[in-house]
Amino acid sequence: MSSAISITNLQKTYANGHQALRGVDLEVQERDFFALLGPNGAGKSTIIGIISTLVRPTGGGVAVYGRDVATHVYETKLDFGVVPQEVNFNPFEKVADIVMTQAGYYGLPRALARERTEKYLRKLGLWDKRDVRSRTLSGGMKRRLMIARALVHEPRLLILDEPTAGVDIELRRSMWDFLQEINNNGTTIILTTHYLEEAEHLCRNIAIIDQGRIIENCSMKSLLNKLDSQTLVCDLRHEMSSEVFAQHTLPGFRHVDSHTLEVDLGRDHDVNEVFALLSQANIHVKGMRNKSNRLEQLFLSRLKNSTV
Amino acid sequence: MLNSHKYIAFETILIKEVRRFMRIWVQTLVPPAITIGLYFLIFGNLIGNRIGSMSGFSYMDFIVPGLIMMAVIQNAYANVVSSFFSQKFQRSIEELLVSPVPNYIILAGFVAGGVARGLAVGVIVVLMSFVFTDLNIHHWGITLFVVLMTAVVFSLAGFLNALFANSFDDISIIPTFILTPLIYLGGVFYSVDLLPEFGRMVSAINPLFYMVNTFRYGILGASDANIYTSLMMLVVFVFVLGAACLILLRRGTGLRH
Repeated sequence: MSSAISITNLQKTYANGHQALRGVDLEVQERDFFALLGPNGAGKSTIIGIISTLVRPTGGGVAVYGRDVATHVYETKLDFGVVPQEVNFNPFEKVADIVMTQAGYYGLPRALARERTEKYLRKLGLWDKRDVRSRTLSGGMKRRLMIARALVHEPRLLILDEPTAGVDIELRRSMWDFLQEINNNGTTIILTTHYLEEAEHLCRNIAIIDQGRIIENCSMKSLLNKLDSQTLVCDLRHEMSSEVFAQHTLPGFRHVDSHTLEVDLGRDHDVNEVFALLSQANIHVKGMRNKSNRLEQLFLSRLKNSTV
Repeated sequence: MLNSHKYIAFETILIKEVRRFMRIWVQTLVPPAITIGLYFLIFGNLIGNRIGSMSGFSYMDFIVPGLIMMAVIQNAYANVVSSFFSQKFQRSIEELLVSPVPNYIILAGFVAGGVARGLAVGVIVVLMSFVFTDLNIHHWGITLFVVLMTAVVFSLAGFLNALFANSFDDISIIPTFILTPLIYLGGVFYSVDLLPEFGRMVSAINPLFYMVNTFRYGILGASDANIYTSLMMLVVFVFVLGAACLILLRRGTGLRH
């Protein structure tokens, strides 16, 4: 499998002296669903800006499907679509006109542009809004419009900069389904997000960037395997007071309230051991869940390590 | 990018620009029509009747070419500077910058939009002038060439202004403090013969003076300026401003960080 994006020693220092990127190396394989995570100001949007040629690097380079974006400007731009973090369409234009115009910029003949506009507006649930001015759309609809606009020339690579920011849970789930569908159909996707659950749910590979440097770059599975421990929350079927809890021998368990216990589970231990201890004590558990998002734990620990 | 794709991209930008100024016609087409109509009525008709002739023509006939030119210049400039800067301000220009459209097509599209609005307003002014005078074109070729090239020059100038502009103040400074004085002192309302020696010297370095007078020559057959020098100047302006815009676009001035 060849690489969709190859970033080599990418550096960017802005005119005000801010060093946004300090030598980033990154490889994203074709058909991958890739997460680029990092705190605010880490350099994620600068990388996307450089790929889309809105930001000029001060060092290093980016190749899209093997072609340098600086020297093969026109060919590489046909290969990707970008969904920016902030809404950047004309609020006075109609929804369908925004997508049609973008199709025109990519040289699509009018009939094909119309067909694609309908296809993507329908897929993203915006066809009914095609004749309304874009400023009247809700926040979630504006995000979906930007996705439709980025897809109208059917790029091989789709770059999304926090596409679900400010979108309600139901809509976010439907956007996930849509993104998964286009990824399954062969489109490579690079995603930056603040919702770590989103990255864990969707992405196969991940890079964490902090202060302009990549501090982690591996598969999602191997990253999650690095978790030293996880905290499990047990919802009890019957009430249990702290006095009754104290009478049991439950090493590692904490009494949270009369219906909840918590236990820390090390990487070398199985959930079966937790169940065995609970069964031994004749404690019935209705359900069990992770206390916090696993990726969030890792993300925070990696950031902490990188700043130490 | 294939030539056919480039043509579609150019057409897309042009249609978008025309659609924009047509959508807000109350702001773009009506005000110049009212302003120029008042010029016809007050200067041409009421005051003009007392002035008598100017360069051998009735004062109304004398000012018609200048007023048409004024409308074309102001509107070609205003269209490009406001449209391009608004897109920069809203960041919707990024739609174009991330696409594979070459810089010269971007420039051509916006300039064509400016020319379209300049000429649309010019046609409105011509139609209005029929109420006040009979317009007989002396030289069609020169008239059309000058009005077209002037619209191109000021569309390019508007584009340059928009590239450098960082605020809405920046797009009104040049039209207010540079363009308007140059137009009014460019011989729209008077013949340069009326000016003292110093005034004539100042007019000689005002490019608008050449454009207005060459256009007047196309319509009336009389001009205060040398026609060939003026035509040459127009061509040079188009090339110099066009090259400057392309160099700045290539550098990403005002657009890319």
